[in-house]
Amino acid sequence: MPSAHDWINNPLGVVEVQNNSNPEWQKKVVDYFKDKLTEKEAQTWVPSLNDVPLHYLKPNSLVKFRCLIQDMFDPEFYMGVYEAVDPATKSKSLKCGKYKDVTECLQVEFNSRNSVTSERQTFYCVPIPGESSWVKECYARSSQAQVIPSTSYTPNRHKRSYDEDDDMDTQSQRPRDSNTGSQSSGDSQRNGDSKRQETEAPSNNTTTTQSCTSPLDLNYPLPEEQGPACLVKVYEDWESFKLNDTIEVFGILSVDPALGGVSEEKEPTSLLDPMESMETVEEQRAHSPPPSLVPRLHMVYALPLQHINPLLPSAVSEDKNAFVTSFLSELGSIRSEFLAYLTHILLGDALAAEYLLLHLVSNVYARRDVLPLGKFTLNLSGCALSATYTEHLYRIIQQLVPSSYRLPMSLHNMNSMRMVPRKDYVANRLVSGVLQLASNTSLFLDETQLEQGQLDASGVRNITALGNLISWQKVDYDFNYHQMEFPCNINVLVASEGRSLLPSDCQVHLKPQLAPPNLGEFLGAIQAAQAPSQMNRYRLYLSVTRRMDYSISEEVTKAVEEDFVEMRKDDPQSMSAEDLHRMLVVSRLLSLSFGQTTLSTDVWMKTKHLEMLRMSRIQQQKSVNGHEP
Amino acid sequence: MSSPTSTPSRKRGRASNPSTPGSEGPLSPPSQRARSQDASQGELPPMPTSPATDICSPNPQDTSLFSSPRRSVLPSEVDASSPLLYGTPSSRVEGTPRSGIRGTPARQRPDLGSVRKAPQVDLHSEPPAGENAVASDQAAGQRLVIWGTDVNVGTCKEKFQRFLQRFIDTTSKEDENCGLDLNEPLYMQKLDEISVVGEPVLNVNCGHVQSFDADMYRQLICYPQEVIPTFDMAVNELFFERYPDSILGHQIQVRPYNALKTRNMRSLNPEDIDQLITISGMVIRNSQLIPEMQEAFFRCQVCAFSARVEVDRGRIAEPAVCRNCNTTHSLALMHNRSLFSDKQMIKLQESPEDMPAGQTPHTTVVYAHNDLVDKVQPGDRINITGIYRAAPMRVNPRQSQVKAVYKTHIDVIHFRKTDERRLHGLDDENEQKLFTEERVQTLRELAGKPDVYERLSSALAPSIYEHEDIKKGILLQLFGGTRKDFSQTGRGNFRAEVNILLCGDPGTSKSQLLQYVFNLVPRGQYTSGKGSSAVGLTAYVMKDPETRQLVLQTGALVLSDNGICCIDEFDKMSDSTRSVLHEVMEQQTLSIAKAGIICQLNARTSVLAAANPVESQWNPKKTTIENIQLPHTLLSRFDLIFLMLDPQDEAYDRRLAHHLVALYYKGEEQIEEEYLDMAVLKDYIAYARTYIVPRLCEEASQALIEAYVDMRKIGSGRGMVSAYPRQLESLIRLAEAHAKVRFSEKVETIDVEEAKRLHREALKQSATDPRTGLVDITILTTGMSATARKRKEEIAQALKKMIQAKGKTPAMKYQQLFDDLRAQSEAAITKDLFDEALRALADEDYLTVTGKTVRLL
Repeated sequence: MPSAHDWINNPLGVVEVQNNSNPEWQKKVVDYFKDKLTEKEAQTWVPSLNDVPLHYLKPNSLVKFRCLIQDMFDPEFYMGVYEAVDPATKSKSLKCGKYKDVTECLQVEFNSRNSVTSERQTFYCVPIPGESSWVKECYARSSQAQVIPSTSYTPNRHKRSYDEDDDMDTQSQRPRDSNTGSQSSGDSQRNGDSKRQETEAPSNNTTTTQSCTSPLDLNYPLPEEQGPACLVKVYEDWESFKLNDTIEVFGILSVDPALGGVSEEKEPTSLLDPMESMETVEEQRAHSPPPSLVPRLHMVYALPLQHINPLLPSAVSEDKNAFVTSFLSELGSIRSEFLAYLTHILLGDALAAEYLLLHLVSNVYARRDVLPLGKFTLNLSGCALSATYTEHLYRIIQQLVPSSYRLPMSLHNMNSMRMVPRKDYVANRLVSGVLQLASNTSLFLDETQLEQGQLDASGVRNITALGNLISWQKVDYDFNYHQMEFPCNINVLVASEGRSLLPSDCQVHLKPQLAPPNLGEFLGAIQAAQAPSQMNRYRLYLSVTRRMDYSISEEVTKAVEEDFVEMRKDDPQSMSAEDLHRMLVVSRLLSLSFGQTTLSTDVWMKTKHLEMLRMSRIQQQKSVNGHEP
Repeated sequence: MSSPTSTPSRKRGRASNPSTPGSEGPLSPPSQRARSQDASQGELPPMPTSPATDICSPNPQDTSLFSSPRRSVLPSEVDASSPLLYGTPSSRVEGTPRSGIRGTPARQRPDLGSVRKAPQVDLHSEPPAGENAVASDQAAGQRLVIWGTDVNVGTCKEKFQRFLQRFIDTTSKEDENCGLDLNEPLYMQKLDEISVVGEPVLNVNCGHVQSFDADMYRQLICYPQEVIPTFDMAVNELFFERYPDSILGHQIQVRPYNALKTRNMRSLNPEDIDQLITISGMVIRNSQLIPEMQEAFFRCQVCAFSARVEVDRGRIAEPAVCRNCNTTHSLALMHNRSLFSDKQMIKLQESPEDMPAGQTPHTTVVYAHNDLVDKVQPGDRINITGIYRAAPMRVNPRQSQVKAVYKTHIDVIHFRKTDERRLHGLDDENEQKLFTEERVQTLRELAGKPDVYERLSSALAPSIYEHEDIKKGILLQLFGGTRKDFSQTGRGNFRAEVNILLCGDPGTSKSQLLQYVFNLVPRGQYTSGKGSSAVGLTAYVMKDPETRQLVLQTGALVLSDNGICCIDEFDKMSDSTRSVLHEVMEQQTLSIAKAGIICQLNARTSVLAAANPVESQWNPKKTTIENIQLPHTLLSRFDLIFLMLDPQDEAYDRRLAHHLVALYYKGEEQIEEEYLDMAVLKDYIAYARTYIVPRLCEEASQALIEAYVDMRKIGSGRGMVSAYPRQLESLIRLAEAHAKVRFSEKVETIDVEEAKRLHREALKQSATDPRTGLVDITILTTGMSATARKRKEEIAQALKKMIQAKGKTPAMKYQQLFDDLRAQSEAAITKDLFDEALRALADEDYLTVTGKTVRLL
């Protein structure tokens, strides 16, 4: 197979060949890779930056990277075609600069008529924030990449992961992903890696990487995130990408150490060099970090990711349809099992379990002017059962959804955390914040952690940002002189003791039927009882139902209208337009959760029933603590 | 093109100056040069080569000639006007009394970069220099162009002078042209201004150049580095010919602006390199001042011989050998005698309006030189015109390996602040939005439809159901009235903006409506009453952390000048915050006296506010004032006050349900078909606001007068006033706005009718006295309905009677009096009412209340 895989190991060779043979080579190259990659399973042959440590990857080979576009830098002009001069023979030759960072020869003739200046765009990409460990594992397992130092690679990885697991086991029962473990093992190892690479690389300049052992902020949205960040160079259609898009990039890896911008023992900058005064040190650090930490990736092909669930086939549509139809047939049984599971988790509260399920299926599917449709923020009140219940709950949700984040809303967090991304004009980059999340990420707001005290200015801003996120599904990024609105699609679940101080679409008060003495053990046992295959079915269930189309037929529309008028006749106060909004969302989610793509009267009746139960429970709650503000 | 009248004597003087033949070339005066060049075109003389190089230089492309130390022998005598030697600093004249082109020093233009790289070449000696130029050559013979371009210095100069002398723009609207006679050549007047003011900068609108001579415009855009010095030369010749005695700081510099090539930072691409571009953006960072060396001064350590070396593309060629004593490596740089120019790095960021959704703004590095340094501050919105540059980047200064990437920047030639003009009270929207022909056509077509008003109002926030009148009100607010200036008669500006207050039950999508409007208008601001303070709304003074200067930071109201300020939760605003709105909502200005800064800022803002009732649910038994507890002084400043209530009616419910269900299942495409596109609506509004200035016609005025008289009549029958001049002004504004909706230049009766209807509709909702069910404007103007006032008087009288009936008792118990009154009166009397009655009597000096006792006087 090696010959077949040449396009993975030596993609620049392919570019070269195409270049020589055809005048329209640029398009040809892209088409070539697209063809190769859309072949069956071909994508799995390409090693992924997500699960293979950087130093195992061959420079200038084709790699893939599953990431979120965190920042977009300014477009840069590069030498598309340049004339190289051989200093020895003085002979000139034309070279191609596409997909490369550094010129190949010693001297470049700048004033040549033949040189072509082209434009490309740089994106700063980070691994998908809050990606669950099961997603990572699953992707890593499905990879069939033939990493070059394969003899050392595979066992090495296993060995280390066992070590890590042992360590982990003593701390928590939860198995952790081997990859994150191996990567977290510290800067020292990382630096060692980069050094090794250094010796292989033609350049002998080692100072650049040395100086970078000082912590370089890789700008992950979430504080405890790990994994490689990447500078992706985009050559065409960069307008089609948006900030916070999740994409899978197939590109040519470039780790030339010469790219690192900052070196400490740089010569005292001469006054006359106009280029030196242009950038601050911060900007250089942000824009040209050492490639051993932030490799460059020259994009040849990118796949926008609709979802990051590895269990669901991604792009190939025929396969997917067949897969989904076969899955739909057993949807009903999965739903009831899943509901039972959630009911157990929520200590026997079937109603809350039903709403939690709807919440997990929800998805902003459209926007009507400013109004996002389909969002379903759930406020689960009465969660302060024990100190750790919300944490356990979050762990369980984490096991179900592809990406998630738990934000403990403690006073300290609210006052000190950077939630809204902010533009740092000194370093000229977008400093990320917790709310810079990919679509369909589950955000778990833990309000039980909130204590009395004073919110300062930034705390108020953070609360406002959360409120905006919930009500309008948008985050206003702070650009210092102005704000910019970025729409998002985040499932927010607020766990609180009483009614949450944040707005929500729907509040359910938890009513535990069971009171196990040791909550942690109890929940652990429930989780342990679920076979991995069963968990996979749940994960798949959520991803599939969330993505289905939905419509309402004429007759049902009529019926719903009738119902609304009827309900308002009895008591106009009890049924407002807002209530109808919510009921329509609930009925939509309920239909989808049953795998139905149109609203039936049955589901509508069930919606009404559920809502009634929920309302009466809130009424009860109000009367219980009537003196509550 | 004759030689400057003031120069001959000097020229003669110089001719007698015994100079070496070798230095003759560069020293030849411009008049001579010009003549020879003229001749080369007009009379086809046998002299084929460039006059700047023909005499002295055996090799026309030998650039080293110009930097050769030979020149420094006679540093003050070098021809300053040659494009090849343009900006040579050695042309400084030490003598103070100077005038005329020879006497005025040229000033370096680092913004244009080094021009010396580009010698003139004969087209015939180098054929590939461009067929284009040959084709356009009118003088069929030899033709000289600057190397790499198709620019002929002489022709270009002549064209530009012709442009300056002849260009007339009668339609000019620019503020800097005010005071100029539009029927006279524009730029000659500007030159006149320069001679008076003495600021040697001539700003030239590229649009004018284009309309005058498209070919010259193309050359200017493509080869600014060569063409602008030529322009400079042309304008200086012209100027000193006309004003031979004027004294300027340095020679006039031409600063073109408004090059139409590029408007948006995002659309810059490699083809724009080295071309003249104009882009708009916002300044985000200024660097410190960078002294950039222009000319190095070397002195030999051995013989003290000095040499000047000009900086060429950022490098200095240090002379290795002293020419005087032939010692090698004896020259040392003298810093204090070298020449430096000011330079500043400015980071420019794309304006938020120009950006596609979901992307981050781009930034560009801009270099400002000399007097343009510190012209702009971070936060300023500016339009810059400059030359786009790209330079290769070295990986490491010691290595020759290069990153295959260029660094780009713009050398700025001209700044124009876009927000500064707003302070001058001029509408800048005409430059903001340029509509294409087709767009205007579609908009006009739309305007021609009879139901355009209904169409537009239904296109507004389609996801919000019904509330047709409210939407119509907001639509009129978006268009606004006509701005009128009465400052001559002492009243200042009349407010043209329409203010609207929405109050109503929570959950009636008020916030959503506000959000929609905020997203629709270009200069909208959205604040919440709860979170905003008075300073957040107005402006505050803060110390800039970098410069330690006091700077005025503007708040939401000032930022939304010419836009709409949406204030949610208006009722939750603190009183002090609300009080700043009084000025804004009537005078449309904002006065600030803080930390030594006293100023008045324009805040021509329409306010769209939303308020919730105090009791969380609207109480229909109470008046608007009682329900929202806002001061009536503020309420009367709203043109329209709408109640957004749940109508509670079956037919309405049915339609609402239908609307909502449709909202949830229809696809995006269907929705878009149904309603007018938001973009069209935006353009429509922008167009109408910019181009339509309706005036009242005779009938409409009559109708307005009648309407006003009618309104006052309604009340007068019952002994109260139901309309005030403010209401009349509101009517006028609404009528004008409605005319704008129709794209009509005249306010007609139908506009007045609609204004009346809408006004009445709003009044009906908000100014209805809950006790009588009648419309009573005094609720809004005095905070109390006429019936309530009448009732208060009755009680006071009853109390007085009661006290009088009691006979001579100097003091009474408060509580007892209250009980007595309640027993006596048939209607229920609250403590409030009783207190008010007591106060009324106290005002009559009939009694005084001290603590719990009431004393008669």
